[in-house]
Amino acid sequence: MFTLFLEQLLNGLQSGVMLFLMASGLTLVFGVMGLINLAHGSLYMVGAFACAAVAAWTGSFWLGLVASLMAAAIAGALVEILIIRRLYNRDHLDQVLATFALILIFSEGTRWIFGSFPLFLSVPEFLTGTVVMPGDFQYPLFRLAIIIAGFAVAAGLFLLIGKTRLGIRIRAGEADRGMIAALGVDIDRLYTIVFALGAALAGLAGAFVGTTQSVQVGMGEPVLILAFVVIVIGGIGSIKGALVGSLLVGFTDTMGRFLLPHAFATFLDPASATAIGSALASMLIYIVMALVLFLRPSGLFGTEA
Amino acid sequence: MKGIKTTIAAVAALLVAGAAQADPVKVGMITTLSGGGASLGIDARDGFMLAVKQANNPDLEVVIEDDQRKPDVAVQLADKMIQQEKVDVLTGIIWSNLAMAVVPSAVAQDKFYLSVNAAPSQLAGKGCNANYFSVSYQNDNLHEAAGGYASSAGYENAFILAPNYPAGKDSLAGFKRFFFGDIAGEVYTKLGQTDYAAEIAEIRASGADSVFFFLPGGMGIAFMKQYAQSGVDIPLIGPAFSMDQGILGAVGDAALGVKNTSNWSKDIDNATNKAFVESFVAEYDRLPSLYASYGFDTANLLLSAMGKANVNDKEAFRDALRAADFNSVRGKFVFGPNQHPIQDIYVREVVKEGDVLTNKIVGVALKDHADAYASECSM
Repeated sequence: MFTLFLEQLLNGLQSGVMLFLMASGLTLVFGVMGLINLAHGSLYMVGAFACAAVAAWTGSFWLGLVASLMAAAIAGALVEILIIRRLYNRDHLDQVLATFALILIFSEGTRWIFGSFPLFLSVPEFLTGTVVMPGDFQYPLFRLAIIIAGFAVAAGLFLLIGKTRLGIRIRAGEADRGMIAALGVDIDRLYTIVFALGAALAGLAGAFVGTTQSVQVGMGEPVLILAFVVIVIGGIGSIKGALVGSLLVGFTDTMGRFLLPHAFATFLDPASATAIGSALASMLIYIVMALVLFLRPSGLFGTEA
Repeated sequence: MKGIKTTIAAVAALLVAGAAQADPVKVGMITTLSGGGASLGIDARDGFMLAVKQANNPDLEVVIEDDQRKPDVAVQLADKMIQQEKVDVLTGIIWSNLAMAVVPSAVAQDKFYLSVNAAPSQLAGKGCNANYFSVSYQNDNLHEAAGGYASSAGYENAFILAPNYPAGKDSLAGFKRFFFGDIAGEVYTKLGQTDYAAEIAEIRASGADSVFFFLPGGMGIAFMKQYAQSGVDIPLIGPAFSMDQGILGAVGDAALGVKNTSNWSKDIDNATNKAFVESFVAEYDRLPSLYASYGFDTANLLLSAMGKANVNDKEAFRDALRAADFNSVRGKFVFGPNQHPIQDIYVREVVKEGDVLTNKIVGVALKDHADAYASECSM
């Protein structure tokens, strides 16, 4: 039971790290440009399809990974220049409407190019198999690699935001849009870069997740909802909040699915314990979100509105 | 003199036959052609239209609309088809929740409904209707067969999982109806869940000797890939939905060797099936799935009834449908008293033919299997 517990902790960590890649882009875009981007999940789908297509074509997962980053970043930049740019000064309802239309366009476009059947994408050969972890249980090597890669990306993102000139501009953009434009920063270009960066992160998550899941049209929307939960918990616009929120959601969801049915089984018969336990487990992250909003209405790391 | 008599008889026969076929039949097909799960609807449509094309019957007209897997959209489309298009027959729905939203009202308006897939228990038992025919199966059938197979294969301790929605609960109940061993663990996952790490860890720790899973579409792809990556090697059993032709390519070699139960397979040995598989590949350049086979059978059932009766003579047309006088890709085809098929359900194994993953029959799970609800149907 203890090793199972350890394994589930790792599973929670892995799902949290993947969520962070999605949520960080979403929160950056909202923080810097004040834009609600529902099409963020579509960029995740673009990444997964690009990775699967290029990996199938060239036989190399790594080229696929590069393709996922590029395709999502290019798609993100194009969308920003062609459409999103016109939305910054509109209210959130207009943004939601326009980016929802983008979801439909991306989904049908992808279906038009790749067809309706899910694509095949597999883990690279040398990352298959399992490793024996401390505590003597087997853990899939690829999930371990995802955890490490996810933390590396998170560290890179924190360095980028904290230590580079681009990072300073992004933070300045968050603090006062009008002022940095007045100081001579090319705000249009900054916005395009931030949007492409967020898109690339989503594309990367899509490529990683595509190896363990189904690469299909519409794969982005369930993750998008989770990513929104994460940034609401973490505080909209805060990268640190996105990290803490992602891990919190990852752990809560995994441990809830694992522990709740067991907990109910101690005083209920197995059938109803499973039914009630799994029903409650699927609500758990939303309960956590409601609690956080109740105690800290602007999220864990949010600035006061 | 004799010649004249036969000529008159022939002309009379022609007139009679002509009268029987005079009224054209309009079919409204509501199926899922976009969004998640579109591949199922597309297969059912392509199978149906293949039979229509082969029959080349000018009296048959088909209108096709996309329900986007949304019950409200399906209801709107059904209303439009009945009131505006004035269809005689409805068909095409893949998902049980959509079927429950459309079928009861359509058959109450005296339209025929022929199911190419979804067949919830509500429509097989107390809610059965003389205008409703399921060509595919009753929802529980393939799961019951999986339970029967697991018992006969000597498994004694099964871990079972399905999504937390009505068809998932029916699935696990169906499995348990025919499985006589112990249940090592029973898990309901979230509908549309994509990560199964927590469940696989539990399977690993459960000590089960077999795993039964019902996870249609993308859920099954995700589960299979992650299961293979996890290194757990407890044998998997599932209904054909999780191992269907449309998704095997996306699962990859992880699916090899998995046993699944189905009432159709491309290697069922009869001339109709052979011709179906060949012409489907020729027409669409891919292997047919079981949804395509249901679509094909449904169209041929309808065509057989059109040859026998006029659609506006409801009673006669209903009898003609009930007779099921057509060549099914499944071999023999008989309707039970609640107008659901009584049929053999096979065990298939995922194999590789050249570079293509596909299924091969390895045995019969249940013979002449009827559904558990027929006795509740008073018809």
